[in-house]
Amino acid sequence: MWDNPMTKVLLIGIWESFYMTILSTIFAYIFGTPLGIILVMSGKDGIRPQPVLFKILDIIVNITRSIPFLILMISVTPLTRLIMGTQLGSKATIVPLVLAATPFVARMVESSLLEIDRGIIEAAHSMGASNFEIIFKVMLPEAVPSLINGATIAVTTILGYSASAGVMGGGGLGTIAINYGYNRNQGDIMLITIILLIILVQIFQEIGMRIAGVSDKRKS
Amino acid sequence: MTSQPIIEIKELEKTFQTKNGSVSALKNINLQIQQGDIFGIIGMSGAGKSTLVRCMNLLERPTSGQVFLEGQDIARLNNKQLQKVRRSMGMIFQQFNLLMQRTAESNICFPLEISGISKKAAKERAKELLELVGLSDRAKSYPSQLSGGQKQRIAIARALASNPKVLLCDEATSALDPTTTASILALLKDINQRLGITVVIITHEMSVIEQICNRVAIIDQSQIAEVGFVEDIFSRPQTLAAQKLVFPEGHQREVFSSHGDFSYYRIVFDGNSSFEPVVANMVLEFKTPVNIMFADTKNIDGKAFGQIVIQVPQSKTLQENMLRYLRSRELTVEEVTDYVG
Repeated sequence: MWDNPMTKVLLIGIWESFYMTILSTIFAYIFGTPLGIILVMSGKDGIRPQPVLFKILDIIVNITRSIPFLILMISVTPLTRLIMGTQLGSKATIVPLVLAATPFVARMVESSLLEIDRGIIEAAHSMGASNFEIIFKVMLPEAVPSLINGATIAVTTILGYSASAGVMGGGGLGTIAINYGYNRNQGDIMLITIILLIILVQIFQEIGMRIAGVSDKRKS
Repeated sequence: MTSQPIIEIKELEKTFQTKNGSVSALKNINLQIQQGDIFGIIGMSGAGKSTLVRCMNLLERPTSGQVFLEGQDIARLNNKQLQKVRRSMGMIFQQFNLLMQRTAESNICFPLEISGISKKAAKERAKELLELVGLSDRAKSYPSQLSGGQKQRIAIARALASNPKVLLCDEATSALDPTTTASILALLKDINQRLGITVVIITHEMSVIEQICNRVAIIDQSQIAEVGFVEDIFSRPQTLAAQKLVFPEGHQREVFSSHGDFSYYRIVFDGNSSFEPVVANMVLEFKTPVNIMFADTKNIDGKAFGQIVIQVPQSKTLQENMLRYLRSRELTVEEVTDYVG
């Protein structure tokens, strides 16, 4: 069965979808986490309110979040080509995925950090903690369960984006679904890719929820 | 008393800007807290007491005025300097505000970590403090596994970790039941006596002041209505705000008028007389009964505070002898002609 050429195609598709999603998530967090932290800090009730900076970032995040993924992907092809040398395939798709996911992740991180009880932050201030210590020793560690929950949602959303990138030759299961399932009208392949995508989402979701549960010390 | 106060507040004002204009939270606050005091600040909710305690460690910046900690005006310091000063002041809160993702031990280590003490030294200090608050066996518990009283004990241990000179308590017992409140107050008193740490207590409960404070400030409508020793305020509240707090039911406002041949005396207990049954002894001494018209006394720290109004017999000589007897017991006695509160 493993020698079957279609199986090979599907296995490669799974692998491409998987690493596209994971790498994009990692990059989106590398860029989105600081953005989320700055949004929380500079907000009206933040530890260092900067109304102008907050407003600017807030608008940028909102605008980028309102662009549908496929449109964004098409509109940034020059940038993708500049960075990756090509606009096709799973590697190239990482560029628009990171661009689309970063503001999304920033909002996730922002809302996780905003959940922290203000009293805890006040207590840290009363002990002489600096803003830097409050972010890295109080806010982020206290928000870990919520951040992991957010990351689980982010991963599944990015997997969804990556699948729709198939329309533009983005690689992974999405491309297989388009090429075989849609263009060649092979319903069985379409069905298999859908099932594989569902399984991938379930795996990500299950892993994320377990880690979040273990990390949460708020429940006795 | 002649030494410099540990905390001194001069002409402090705090105004908050809201959508509906500015709201004055504190007006013309002047206050001195001496080293070793257990200083109570009491007032109704919204009176400004929480804002006042936050001005002491500059969690709130005063709009104007000065806040001295051991003679240094900390209201003028920049953030960096303030962080240092705050390490010499511990604070505990109504909602405990423990780090939920850290164990009890790790919570106590937190202030030590941020002041750059080694992990090992911090752990040793945490062990001592866990012992001090009686929770050595809960070192590895997370806050969610502790009761309210235990959480507050851990918060106290955390506040004491960096050897502060002052411990600020913001409604520290308001979320606790009476038994737990009593044990937390006993712990605070013990800390005050054993470690010599000045304690400032914000509360809306007179019973808290009564149980452990030596001095008290009554704050009413953003201003300090009355400051003094707890025994003075309890026995002779001057202002209406103080009277409301000391006698919440207002039951002492009955009127005794000297009519007929009777006279009324008010005996004031202000802590000197301890537990000698003075009135009963007087009755035995003179073999003449007196009628107790009104009594309101409290036991604070093993001393009696409050007042008793008695009706004494007609005989002038007997009256004078009784007066002399009472005054010889170092009690303040005055004749009541038209007694209202």
